Amino acid sequence: MSNSSKTHAMDMSALGRSQQELSMDQETIALDVPGLSLFYGNKQALFDVNIQIPRNRVTAFIGPSGCGKSTLLRCFNRMNDLVDGCRIEGEILLDGKNIFAKGVNVSNLRRRVGMVFQKPNPFPKSIYENVAYGLRIQGVNSKRTLDEVVEWALKGAALWDEVKDRLHESALGLSGGQQQRLVIARTIAVEPEVLLLDEPASALDPISTLKIEELINELKEKFTIVIVTHNMQQAARVSDYTAFMYMGELVEFGDTNTLFTNPTKKQTEDYITGRYG
Amino acid sequence: MKQNTFKAWCKSGNPWIWMNAGAVAIAVVMTIGLLLLIAVRGLSHFWPSDVIEAEYRIPGQEALVIMGEVNSREDVPTARLAGAGLPVDPERDGFMERELIKVGNRDLYGADFRWIVGEWLENTRTPEDVIVIERREWGNFYGYLVDVRQNGEIIAQGEQAWPALQQAVKRALAIQDDIKHLEKQEIGRINAGLERLRLRERGYELRNELTPEREAELNAERTALNNEYAELERHLMELYQQFNRDSLMARVPDGREKEISLGKVVRVFQPNSMGVLQKTGHYFAKLWEFVSDEPREANTEGGVFPAIFGTVMMVLIMSVVVTPFGVLAAVYLREYAKQGVVTRVIRIAVNNLAGVPSIVYGVFGLGFFIYFLGGSIDSLFFPEALPAPTFGTGGMLWASLTLALLTVPVVIVSTEEGLTRIPRSLREGSLALGATKAETLWKIILPMSSPAMMTGLILAVARAAGEVAPLMLVGVVKLAPSLAVDGNYPYLHLDQKFMHLGFHIYDVGFQSPNVEAARPLVYATALLLVGVIATLNFSAVAIRNHLREKYKALEN
Repeated sequence: MSNSSKTHAMDMSALGRSQQELSMDQETIALDVPGLSLFYGNKQALFDVNIQIPRNRVTAFIGPSGCGKSTLLRCFNRMNDLVDGCRIEGEILLDGKNIFAKGVNVSNLRRRVGMVFQKPNPFPKSIYENVAYGLRIQGVNSKRTLDEVVEWALKGAALWDEVKDRLHESALGLSGGQQQRLVIARTIAVEPEVLLLDEPASALDPISTLKIEELINELKEKFTIVIVTHNMQQAARVSDYTAFMYMGELVEFGDTNTLFTNPTKKQTEDYITGRYG
Repeated sequence: MKQNTFKAWCKSGNPWIWMNAGAVAIAVVMTIGLLLLIAVRGLSHFWPSDVIEAEYRIPGQEALVIMGEVNSREDVPTARLAGAGLPVDPERDGFMERELIKVGNRDLYGADFRWIVGEWLENTRTPEDVIVIERREWGNFYGYLVDVRQNGEIIAQGEQAWPALQQAVKRALAIQDDIKHLEKQEIGRINAGLERLRLRERGYELRNELTPEREAELNAERTALNNEYAELERHLMELYQQFNRDSLMARVPDGREKEISLGKVVRVFQPNSMGVLQKTGHYFAKLWEFVSDEPREANTEGGVFPAIFGTVMMVLIMSVVVTPFGVLAAVYLREYAKQGVVTRVIRIAVNNLAGVPSIVYGVFGLGFFIYFLGGSIDSLFFPEALPAPTFGTGGMLWASLTLALLTVPVVIVSTEEGLTRIPRSLREGSLALGATKAETLWKIILPMSSPAMMTGLILAVARAAGEVAPLMLVGVVKLAPSLAVDGNYPYLHLDQKFMHLGFHIYDVGFQSPNVEAARPLVYATALLLVGVIATLNFSAVAIRNHLREKYKALEN
């Protein structure tokens, strides 16, 4: 079977992906998960996951539905705290500090680790207020600072040109793709270190998806990005590193080119060649 | 074959649609019918109908002249008329028409209304020069104008009498406005001042702090107020003298003459000589009087303004209390409390609270708010006024609180519903930006659920504005001497008793000494109550729709 892996693997250059040499050894680590288990009540959802997320790179989590990739993502900013009966064993180190330690300010953590969700969720406020929300929460009220940051964030999210004339209109009037980019702008406005994207393009049309993917490529210069996606092509297109998860376990993690063209585990190969999913 | 088609018809779902549509139609017809009934009965009351004059000849008796407005007609079995002692031919079968005529002149005849057998009226006519006088006491007067007098001297007679009377009435009404202002505002202010002085003195006495200096100071202030009062009273006496200077002499159909002081006259008109335009003007003047004036003659005449004011103000105070209270409770229940058996029990209890009969709340308000809370407040803060209660008796505040308690379940339930309907993604979006739970609540969730809170408030207002039974225990009265807001310190008198449209309907309709005269007012007041509630509701709905538009939830 190892022979066939070459034939079934993805043609990375066809995806427009330039070959680049990446090696985990040369990366700085933004998020270190030395071993994490997670339980919903009595049901275990993550089994001793061990992964290092490199700084200023795009890391994609792929895997079939229910494999725990979103759950893992939501551990990074402790969104799972909101789920009743959720219990975590192990730790996640952000800059060497355990985010589950006692006395960690969760709001602060979430400001440092921003998150964009599957469905665009703009607040029912104006475009401007949506982007300014995170800053206002931090007590920034100076109009000049806000104006600057809003413009910077909207430009960063490649939305500025489309909305600059209607900043004070409701954000709900935007299209789905624009809304999602607004949410990204809103998230980067507070200048997080890590950006978690939970299937950010799954509710969008192909053109909007393309825009989001381009955006991700630009954003990785400033942020460490972790993206969960169902779409393997997308993972191959946008990510530097890819983790394949299955049934709550991290099966394989490596640089994207290698993982898609020459997976070491049979489960990975089966998944990326579409034998199950 | 026929059965087959019937079956097919049944299967097609048409009967079901017909039933549904029928139910809606019945509901619509009933609503419109109700509104039409009270509107027609209530609003027609203010129209100046013609005054008829006729000879009424009961067989075997001497004819007498009857004058008045025909109020209603009905057919009665002759047997019943015979039974009432009227000389009806006992052999005669069937019905005879009977008319209810408002003859007025209660001071002369003893009753305003009279049943007349229509058949025995002869020579019915509507003389042009009949005058109707609305008086401050004894109800309407119907008759002919003889002359107008000033200090008992005749100043106009015959042709000149009517224009002279118009002038004199206008003058009297102007003086009456002055008198009213003086009595309500100026003298009211002095009385309030004197009462405050009395309470201050009593307070010093109770605390054994009544030093001679203080007493002297109080006495000085009191003397000043008393002097002011004496001055005002002199002025008032003058005005009253002016007020009662003119009078008119009028003749009733049976030839008796009656002198009526213009100080007792509200309005004089000649309905039979009025054109449609004049009548319309008169109609709207009466209508305006009804909504803007105070009641007269045991609430059977005049307006209902204090009742409108009381109703609206009570509902507003209730809203101000119930909204924050209900919202806070709902937020705790939904957002902070651990969902479990306890919250479920609390929810069931709250829902059941909404079903408790309102009179029970009245009893609770009386026992807890008035006797316990009010009594404690009185003994703590108003000992100088005791034994007269300040808050220890029914009043605006307690009535509003009782109704707030009555309506708080509705606000809780609808606010909770609103809170649950906020998409989870928005909460997470806010939290993911580093907002705390409280910040998320204040900035996202509460604004977004404000339409639901308004829905709760709308339901609360609708229920509270129509509630009468509990109010009778906690502060509604037949006639309140003053409004809860006036120019006397502290301007807002929440301890005062108040009038309420709902209670007014009950009082006028069932407690009135003059039921026939009051009946149209019952309808008019009912219409007004519906109108007030509708206005309150529509404004709340308008606010809600505005909020909904603003916080349109994410639909796609």
